[in-house]
Order: sequence, then structure tokens, then C-alpha cells
Amino acid sequence: MLRVDVEKKLGEFSLQASFTSEGRVIGLFGASGAGKTSLVNMIAGLLRPDRGTIAIDGEIVDDIAAGIHVPSWRRRIGYVFQDARLFPHLNVAQNLDYGRRMNGLAPDPAQHRRVIDLLDIGALLDRRPGKLSGGERQRVALGRALLSRPRLLLLDEPLGALDEGRKLEILPYLVRLRDEANVPMVYVSHDAAELRQLATQIVMLKQGRVTSLGGVKVLA
Amino acid sequence: MFEISPAEWTAILLSLRVATIATLVATPFGIALAWLLARRDFWGKSVLDALVHLPLVLPPVVTGYLLLLTFGRRGPVGGFLADTFGIVFSFRWTGAALACGVMAFPLLVRPMRLSIEAIDRRLEQAAETLGAAPWKVFFTVTLPLALPGVLAGMVLGFAKAIGEFGATITFVSNIPGETQTISSAIYSLIQTPDGDAAAGRLVIVSIVLALGALISAEWFARRATARLHGN
Repeated sequence: MLRVDVEKKLGEFSLQASFTSEGRVIGLFGASGAGKTSLVNMIAGLLRPDRGTIAIDGEIVDDIAAGIHVPSWRRRIGYVFQDARLFPHLNVAQNLDYGRRMNGLAPDPAQHRRVIDLLDIGALLDRRPGKLSGGERQRVALGRALLSRPRLLLLDEPLGALDEGRKLEILPYLVRLRDEANVPMVYVSHDAAELRQLATQIVMLKQGRVTSLGGVKVLA
Repeated sequence: MFEISPAEWTAILLSLRVATIATLVATPFGIALAWLLARRDFWGKSVLDALVHLPLVLPPVVTGYLLLLTFGRRGPVGGFLADTFGIVFSFRWTGAALACGVMAFPLLVRPMRLSIEAIDRRLEQAAETLGAAPWKVFFTVTLPLALPGVLAGMVLGFAKAIGEFGATITFVSNIPGETQTISSAIYSLIQTPDGDAAAGRLVIVSIVLALGALISAEWFARRATARLHGN
């Protein structure tokens, strides 16, 4: 469950968003510049709201009035960025293992196997990120986020940097992720077709305001 | 012809020891300062930056004299260190290491700072979202990615330390076996009537050491670029 009620001023731009979601995949929809990434960064703890509260799974991670701001690294979220952001000095296997190590979690070989199979990245484990295609990089980034065992997965236009062909290559993995991984997600996109396939609930943003809220049909 | 005498060996080995200690001790401070200058904005930052670079532009004899006033037996810091920890700098090889470390510091910090500045901060954010506390981000992402720059800084600092002359001779004088480094040995040799051959040999050693350092610094810099591109 995710509860967001925040305000943030970024230069001339002001963002004001309030919504509650029980959905498995919340689609955050809007044109570029609508404030989607800023909103996701606030949920991730990378950006501090000027006012308001954010609660993940019932735990308050931001309550500005009460002086609460849980840092990103204590939020137990997974974040998949548009540009993957794999660590260039680590190979794929080490990238995948990073979140588990940082959180001091015991190895879970079964889960490890499951995620690697789900994303079809078993053949890439020894490679360096520089030697991966854009689509492969994004799948590894998904795996890396999942293996940190997050309670909420944030995906900020994970297909945004890929061409049409690559998008179609990754989309089925995201569908499988939604159906099998059992982690609620916030999926950011400006592509209505993508969200129709993936989201169970839509939050529509326009110029920093939530304009509609509801099922996928609000995209029509 | 090219036979290095025991006295020359003494100077060479002392130089190597002084430069090694100076580099190793200066490195953690250099990394911390490089990070501070690359990543933080604070009041007095430009003053600190200027202070770090001061030994580069100040006459070395001034730096050496200031070290003597501060770290000498009767200096405020030197007196305290001698009385409390028994660490003495004046007229000791440790003092030579201190002088070399201070003189080498600007050169040591610069590549470190540049390589930290070149790191994509979004990678550090990604590490944070994966559960890494800030100090873990530093040791698992920032430092490994900056490592070629850190090594390049150490190499340059080492090369500078091995060639340091002015501040060292001012601070700890020119005592064979204790504070006489390659540079001060050359200085003494060219002032003695038949020191030319020996001076020539030490000159060649200096050139070889300096060239080696520059070439390896260059090599580390190239490695840095490859590393940041994930190859």
C-alpha cells in the first residue's frame, strides 16, 4: 500500500500530489515535465518534499511536519531508472548481489535463481555492463532491484531509452514480473499503451497536479 | 662507469623511503580532501582550496622555514608531538618525509579530486536506493570508481616527493644517511671538485624515476576512462 500527499516547489515548477493506492501496479502517467520523476524520487527518498507525508506499507517514511524523513537506503524500495545505472566496475553477478550485500541479507539461492530465470539473464552473469545491450542492461537493473528484496518497486520509464523493437522484447518480462514477483510497483510512463498492458491503477499527472485517478480506463 | 657507490645507494634508498612514507601517509588525507572539494559546498571552500595549492606556488624555502617554525623542536606542534608521542621531525628522515608530503600534497590531491568529480552521481543514488548507507556508497562505488585517479595521484605525489629539495633542506638540512635525499646529495656533489660523475649518476636515477612515474600516471588515467565506461 502506498499513501502519498506531498507538495514540492522546484524553481518555477510546483508539484502537488495526493493519492492512495492498493493496486499491484500503479501507473503514473503524464507528459514529460508533468512531475512524474520528481514524485517517484520523493517516494524513493532521493528528494525531500516541502510539505506532506508519504507512507509505504503503513510505515511513514516522510512526515515533514513531524520532522520525519527516512533516508533512501532505509526505505527498502527498489528503483529501476530509465538509464539502468548499473555499476560499471562490477560484473552482472556482482551488480545483482549488491542490494543483498548492502542490506546484510542472507543469500537466498532459490530466489536468486527465480529472478535470473524470470529475466533470462543467466548467460550474462560474467559480463561487464559496458558489454550489454540496452535491453539486457534494463533486465539486469530489474533483477538487481528485485534481489534487494524491496517492499515496493519503482520503475521510472524503464523502457524510455529503448527503441520500439527492444521495448517489445522487455515488455513480456515486465508482465511476468507483475504476475509472479509479488512486489507492488509504481510504473512511470508517458506511453498509454504501455500502461494499459501493465498497470492496475492509474494516477494521471498534468503540470504537477493529479488530474485523474482510477482504473486503466482513465487513459482513454 | 655506471657503478653506484654505497653512499649514492644510501641517498637513493633514503629518497625512496621518504617518498614512500610521505605518499602513504598523505593518501588518506588526500582522498578525504579530494572528496570534500569535489562533493561538498561549505563556507571557506575556496580558502581551503588555495591553502592546499599553496606549497605549489610558494617558494619551497618558505614552506621549509614554516615547517621548521611549526614542527621544529621548539615549534608549537613539533614541541607537543615530541613531548607527548616522542615523534621528532627536525633533522630526522621523518622531517624529510613531512616536508616531501606537504610539497607533494597539491599534486596528489588533484587527480583524486578530478576522478571523484568525474563519477556519475546517479550511480551513487542507485546504490543508495539499493540499501547502501552513505559510507558504504563511498567504499563500494565512489572509491572503486575513483581508484585509477587515486593511484595516479599517489604516483604523481611520489614522484614529486622523491625530487623535493628546497623545503626538505631548509627544514631538516642535508645529513648523509639521515636527511640527505637524492636531490640534496646531487646538490652537495656538484659543489665538490670531483663529484661530477657521481652527480651524473644520481641525475640519471632521478630522470628514470620521474619518467617512470609520469608514464604510470598516464597509464592509470587511461584505465580510469575504460573503467568508467564499463569495459
